[in-house]
Amino acid sequence: MATSTLTRPRDAAPQSAASAPNKGRRRINRTLKYALLIFFVIIILIPAYVLFITSFKGTSDADPSRAWLLPQSWETAGWDKAWTTLAPALGRTFLLVIPAALISATLGSINGYVLSKWRFPGANLVFTLILFGMFIPYQAVMIPLTQLMSNIGIAQGIPSLLLLHIVYGLPICTLIFRNYYESVPNELIEAARMDGAGILRTYASVILPISAPGFVVVLIWQFTSAWNDYLFAAFFSSGRNGPVTIALSFLAGGQLTDYAASMAGALIASVPTLIVYILLGKYFVGGLMSGSVKG
Amino acid sequence: MFARVKHWGPGLLLLAPTIILVGVFVYWLIIENFRVSLTNQHTAKPSNDYVGFSNYSNLLADSNFQHSLLNLLILTVVFLAGTLIFGFLWAWLLDKPAKGEGIFRAVYLFPMSISFIASGVVWRWLLSSLQTDQPGGERTTGLNRLLDSVGLGFMQNDWWSNPTWGIAAIAVPAIWQLSGYVMALFLAGFRGIPEELREAARIDGCSEWKLYRHVIFPQLSPVMLSAVIIIGHMSLKLFDLIRAIVPDANTYDVQVPATMMWVKYIGSDYADAAAIGMILLVLVAIVVIPYLMYTSRAEKR
Repeated sequence: MATSTLTRPRDAAPQSAASAPNKGRRRINRTLKYALLIFFVIIILIPAYVLFITSFKGTSDADPSRAWLLPQSWETAGWDKAWTTLAPALGRTFLLVIPAALISATLGSINGYVLSKWRFPGANLVFTLILFGMFIPYQAVMIPLTQLMSNIGIAQGIPSLLLLHIVYGLPICTLIFRNYYESVPNELIEAARMDGAGILRTYASVILPISAPGFVVVLIWQFTSAWNDYLFAAFFSSGRNGPVTIALSFLAGGQLTDYAASMAGALIASVPTLIVYILLGKYFVGGLMSGSVKG
Repeated sequence: MFARVKHWGPGLLLLAPTIILVGVFVYWLIIENFRVSLTNQHTAKPSNDYVGFSNYSNLLADSNFQHSLLNLLILTVVFLAGTLIFGFLWAWLLDKPAKGEGIFRAVYLFPMSISFIASGVVWRWLLSSLQTDQPGGERTTGLNRLLDSVGLGFMQNDWWSNPTWGIAAIAVPAIWQLSGYVMALFLAGFRGIPEELREAARIDGCSEWKLYRHVIFPQLSPVMLSAVIIIGHMSLKLFDLIRAIVPDANTYDVQVPATMMWVKYIGSDYADAAAIGMILLVLVAIVVIPYLMYTSRAEKR
């Protein structure tokens, strides 16, 4: 779709040559750069535009010739339907992702502390083995996992998903905190030890007070990934007890789709993660970086 | 000896819950999954008859499964190429301080915060292939109608309803969603290159192209490797997006191992589902294990 524009930047490459005295050319290059940036903004926002306009369309706008136009009359029937369908699932999702994020962040913080500051023989191997859990395709454990969960006797729906998001969130939480604590000077820990503080006292008095940025990154990461999860939800919940992704997939699925309702539903289901992203975007990027193993 | 145990014992104790949970939920379940994949449990009725590797050989001989592997390859190549190209291009455009760069960065990155299920709702509509056989057909919607109305009608196509290249259409929304992420990785990489290095190369009379070829690209290669690993393993596991765009899970055109595993699971063919899971695990391990070893070695240095 944008292949024709891909060749352009190469022509623009000399722009940064500090030796180029030609002011006019530099201005052209700058214009070109902004033209490209804005072009991509438009491309990126196309789906958002479609979501927004379609969610307000009623039957009068059903004709495909009006597909890309603003609604003739702004109807909210789609939003009403989406809200009534999704509201219970939204509540369940909050009950799921907030405790899941808090618990796995707490465990991850303690793990990261031990693995970076309280090493034992083989700590690096243990860390790598934990880390591998973050990369496995969950399909490779799903069949026995369904068996295990029913053997444990944990209820389908939110309780099951809570356990799963905590367990499978541990590797990334541990990774982010370990990388974060690596930068804490060892002298701080040694000093606390000299004063006779044990492992937990050192954690509480030295590590925990400086952990806030790490917690923000991890909580955001866990919140968004649990909120957006569909795979575990598909295996361990149903429309009646599942999170919002499941409810949305039922609303939007099937051969005959009510596009106004499903697009309104997609917007509703995205609001929490979008708010987190807009308010805390800086940390969001921080989390993405840590996701690349080497923080 | 006792003193050393006293030294690292408490740490091990604190780590114990995680070691146990990961041990059970990752490693023990993988072993258990492997065991199931060796049985003939093809119905809901439990069975413990071992059939060796015949589930694997049957799958690998099955043309549907072969097709799903080919689809996975195409998906991964297109997904990787797309995210790397756009991610690099955007990072390159935003590297030098520019007015409003924060806004551009935020827009490019925002699709990342949305679930594949939610974005799938709109992409399902955008990638609709209704009546493309008659260009400008009355029922045409989605991108095809947009392309037609801006004079790019020749670019109309069947999107995912094509047995060979349909899967590449699935990569389009995936690229839309993840290019911003790769951009963020590259931006961090660019910012990690000391300005003196560029200056030195320029003073030596390096052309802009040579500067990139010999200075910038080598410096970016660790970032690039991270991006390839992350996007590559996401692609191998991609499931939700396909489910959201294509209504029927058992659609030949866009079948990949992850969706086929779901179809087998729904059909209570647990042995085959487990075997597909193992094959996916091996594919991911081939990519990830060398990477994990490389990073842990790089850390030691």
